[in-house]
Amino acid sequence: MNTFTVGTELRRQASRPRTRFALAFMVILPLIVLGAFELGGDGDDDNGPGAFGSLVSLATAGGLNFSLFVLLVSMSFLLVVVVALFHGDTVASEANWGSLRYLLAIPVPRGRLLGVKLIVALLYSGFAILLLVGTALVAGTLRYGWHPLRSTIADELSAGEGLLRLMGAVGYISIMLLIVASLAFLLSVLTDAPLGAVGGAVVLQILSSILDQITALGALRNLLPTHYANAWLGFLGTPVQTDELVRGTIVALAMSTTLFAIAFYRFTRKDITS
Amino acid sequence: MRFGLPSIRFTRRRVAAGLALLTGLGALITWAAWPAPKNYTARDALLNVMSGPAGNEPVTLDTTFFVPDGADADNPVPAILLAHGFGGTKRSMRADAEDLANAGYAVLTWTAQGFSGSTGKIHLNSPDYEVRDARSLVDWLAARPEVLKDPTGDPKVGVVGGSYGGALALLLAGHDPRVDAIVPMITWNDLSKAFLPEATGQPPTAGVFKKQWAGVFFSSGSNTASGGLAGALAGIGRGDDEDQPRMPETGTTSTSPDCGNFARDICDTYLRIAATGKATEADLALLRRSSPTSVLDRIKAPTMLIQGQADSLFPLTEADANARGIAANGTPVHVDWFTGGHDGGAGPQADSDRGRYLTLTWLDHYLRGKGDVPDSQFTYSRITGFNTSSSNRRPTTSAFSVERYPGLGGTGNTAVDVAGKPQQIFNPPGGTPAAMSTIPGASSLSSLISGISLEIPGQHADFLSPPLTGTLDVLGTPTVTIRAASPTGEAVLFVKLYDVDPSSGASLPFGLVAPVRLTGLQADIAKATPVTVTLPAIAARFEAGHRLMITISTTDQGFATPAEPAVYTVGVGVDDRSTIGLPLVTGTPIATQETLWRWLLAGLVATLAVGLAVVLFVARRRRHNAEIKVIDEYADTPLVVRGLRKEYADGFVAVAQVDFTVERGQVVGLLGPNGAGKTTSLRVLMGLTRPTKGEVLVFGHRLTPGAPVLSRLGALVEGPGFLPHLSGIENLRLYWRSTGRPDAEAHLDEALEIAGLGDAVQRKVRTYSHGMRQRLAIAQAMLGLPELLVLDEPTDGLDPPQIAEMRKVLREYARDGRAVLVSSHLLAEVEQTCTHVVVMHKGEIVASGEVADIVGDSPVAQFEVSDVPAAEQVLASLAAVRSVNRDGRSGLVVDLNGTSRADVVSALVGAGVGVDRVVPRRRLEDAFLSLVGGNTRASGER
Repeated sequence: MNTFTVGTELRRQASRPRTRFALAFMVILPLIVLGAFELGGDGDDDNGPGAFGSLVSLATAGGLNFSLFVLLVSMSFLLVVVVALFHGDTVASEANWGSLRYLLAIPVPRGRLLGVKLIVALLYSGFAILLLVGTALVAGTLRYGWHPLRSTIADELSAGEGLLRLMGAVGYISIMLLIVASLAFLLSVLTDAPLGAVGGAVVLQILSSILDQITALGALRNLLPTHYANAWLGFLGTPVQTDELVRGTIVALAMSTTLFAIAFYRFTRKDITS
Repeated sequence: MRFGLPSIRFTRRRVAAGLALLTGLGALITWAAWPAPKNYTARDALLNVMSGPAGNEPVTLDTTFFVPDGADADNPVPAILLAHGFGGTKRSMRADAEDLANAGYAVLTWTAQGFSGSTGKIHLNSPDYEVRDARSLVDWLAARPEVLKDPTGDPKVGVVGGSYGGALALLLAGHDPRVDAIVPMITWNDLSKAFLPEATGQPPTAGVFKKQWAGVFFSSGSNTASGGLAGALAGIGRGDDEDQPRMPETGTTSTSPDCGNFARDICDTYLRIAATGKATEADLALLRRSSPTSVLDRIKAPTMLIQGQADSLFPLTEADANARGIAANGTPVHVDWFTGGHDGGAGPQADSDRGRYLTLTWLDHYLRGKGDVPDSQFTYSRITGFNTSSSNRRPTTSAFSVERYPGLGGTGNTAVDVAGKPQQIFNPPGGTPAAMSTIPGASSLSSLISGISLEIPGQHADFLSPPLTGTLDVLGTPTVTIRAASPTGEAVLFVKLYDVDPSSGASLPFGLVAPVRLTGLQADIAKATPVTVTLPAIAARFEAGHRLMITISTTDQGFATPAEPAVYTVGVGVDDRSTIGLPLVTGTPIATQETLWRWLLAGLVATLAVGLAVVLFVARRRRHNAEIKVIDEYADTPLVVRGLRKEYADGFVAVAQVDFTVERGQVVGLLGPNGAGKTTSLRVLMGLTRPTKGEVLVFGHRLTPGAPVLSRLGALVEGPGFLPHLSGIENLRLYWRSTGRPDAEAHLDEALEIAGLGDAVQRKVRTYSHGMRQRLAIAQAMLGLPELLVLDEPTDGLDPPQIAEMRKVLREYARDGRAVLVSSHLLAEVEQTCTHVVVMHKGEIVASGEVADIVGDSPVAQFEVSDVPAAEQVLASLAAVRSVNRDGRSGLVVDLNGTSRADVVSALVGAGVGVDRVVPRRRLEDAFLSLVGGNTRASGER
């Protein structure tokens, strides 16, 4: 007999309007971006040099490029917010409603409760990212066709290879988002205010991005959670530039494991006072 | 009530956690800001040496001598002469000197004569001047007791330097046999060829003058205090001389407006070449005297040559000439090509790291006999991508090694065809506008790669190859055959090899061009003789699908070109078709720091996987063990609370000492004023809070958070908790689903009946009133008909009829051997609902027992009489009355001690005392009020 299964929690979260809202937006955003490109016509904005500029100007080169562009515009804020929402809200909102103590009195062991909550939050976050990229890929391919992946960093990549690289980039971005996920999850355990947990995680992420701009910090910047956020561009190179991907993954795994562990440690020992 | 700001309680735990955080932060900052350990002493000195061909011209050199700690006459160490680049001073080399001194070498840095701080003139590493000065410095080192010497008094000395300093290293090694190892970097082999290159193999007399670099070079020497462009020439110096206070211009040398600090002969030569774009044999002879090429056959010191690929001043061909010349003597030579140079700067971090590693390895082996030399003769790096985390997108490189130095011809080669009809191109008058390939001293590698090269329309001809069928790793000098016709009989052309990406266009690797001066040309292209052009040496990968493009142009901003306008006709090969000979090398990738990171990642992932497995296993094991502990004595008692105490982290005691028992069939009331500790006790009971002391046993199971025995308990504590966006029925279903028990056990209908919500159960909980939520919460607690029901203030928010109904339900609930624990602050409620009562106050139990016992009539009655003193007298006379106390103005509390109230009343009336009221006092109220002492303030407000 297993209390509180992943299935139950999936259902509980699925019933929440904010979950549905977030997931729906993942579908709508690529369509809005697509519409913007259609309405905007041939903008000759100077998007500046560099990888990003080129990705913007190449966004309509094909379905793969369009998905990459959607990923680019959503990773630094939208995905951060969505992931923070799924992770920061999950425990804090139960505490806020008062339902947390009844779940614990069922009894659901605390480790199990938190484990199931974490798995479900991770699943929803992953699903949201896939939904975003999948919609962008389908919509972009229907509109712009199935063409090789282009970038100015390196060679054109054949569509099949490009798809693999896109998946790689999605995977890496997901790993980097683990940091914000773990931070939001920890805050969710520490506070009864769902907004505080979500907002706190997002604010810290923004703070990290700002600090990363300050070159005077030198090597300390390598420890910032957002320092390697753009390393996924390495997937566009030939061969794939793995150096920063590896470092970014190490930072993300180390940091998120630590934060998740603190969350579990705190939650299994604290007095539930809400 | 307390008012004001919430105060933070500094408990021991919080202070400890805060201190730990601060300590960690402090350690991190200290680690980042801590200066590197200084294991040496540095002494500045002005050394007087005799310079000049006859050794009779005194010159003062500004020097700094770095001696590692522990080096003395008994423990001598090898010495390094660290020479600066052109336009630099000894201060440019400080960081490198410290690095070497920390590695255990005595390091002597000095400012070459003619530069800021030293006297004398710039003689461009003349054997009579700068080289002689350096030999004097070797003499000086030989006299130092802390410098290691062989028995003949020959000091162990290595020479390290970049650019100007690199050439000095080579020249000194050629002129002074005492030098034991050298590491020349980004330097020249033959100044005349560097400044007057020609790519068809003609001598420098026919070379094309590299005017832009020559100008930069000359100006940085004539104005030694300038920064900027001179920085590019200062070579490997880390450029931190900007941080040092600048020495004031020395007034000892008089500078002339045209020549600055240059020696007259050097200056005149420069001015002559710059004015005409051509050099005489005498000029070339002067330049060659300053070139290592003149002494290569004499160099016996093992040589580590480090040359930059992004270097249009001293290209890879210069290092190749040095390497071949020195290796011909049988001297060990290692060649390294890094991704930087006079155009590209220090290159990516990985490349600087490799340069440093190679330098130290070389010196350690040949000066100290420590460690091995690199097991390959050639190492190089190639750009393989871009760093994505930094804003300026520096390129990242991969490093490779090749066992034997392949030279510029590669270990293999391939040919790619280019074709195209001859084209006419225009040489503009005065050579402007001119095509652009590099900007001297831009020191920006990324701009070189994304391509600053610019061709002027009408001034260039392009010849394309078909798309490449495979990827080519080119390393060395490609060759191509071209032909040209000119009405003037002469042409200066620039031949370039572009990499054409079908999607993003053409790029010129490192902006390198091959200048060509053709003479004796026919006016008709059909009669032109093909010539073979050696293209610049590169280490580059050409991807499959790209095309190669040979571009021939008439102008380049970096070079002096004929001023006369002319139209040339240019073509490739003999019959409009030429093969580009491409030298190929396949290197072995060098394991770098990145390999280490990859292992680290693998290790981390493995550790996490193992760690997670262990944690899960331990947790399961622990839970399994916990289930076994049952105290048989209480196995059938729903609840036993023993010695319970709860003290919060901030020292507040919510529950001091609580003991009570709930047996089957009992409805126990937990009575006490707000804050008496009732809710805290129930929290412990639900496993939400850990007790400080004591224990709670539910059916003999010791209660810990999440204890499985909690499934036999249903609870409502501190108000309802529902998902507001779901209906009441959905909430109950979802809750039951969370328990993982079969639906049939839920008894949902019975629970719903008790809740009595009717159709409202289908509405969202958000829309419920307080009372409706309360009833739903009671229903939730009763789901599955648990054996012990715990309700905290269950009648809160209920109507009187509902309260009455609830009492009935609870009494019936306990009848089938189940038990109910109800907490309340209302005496009447407990009295009417419960069979047993536990009275709590200030965290302690003040009374407990059967309600009937406690609530039953007590021997005490309260009288209100018209004449209190008279009544007291009457009562005192009654033998049976135990005590009489005044209670207010007209009240008396009398312990009747068995005397009936009727008798007492008649006695009072008989004595003429009017009796207004007689009220029996009940025990519970007595106990409650007397123990609470009329002070019902919450214990939380003590």
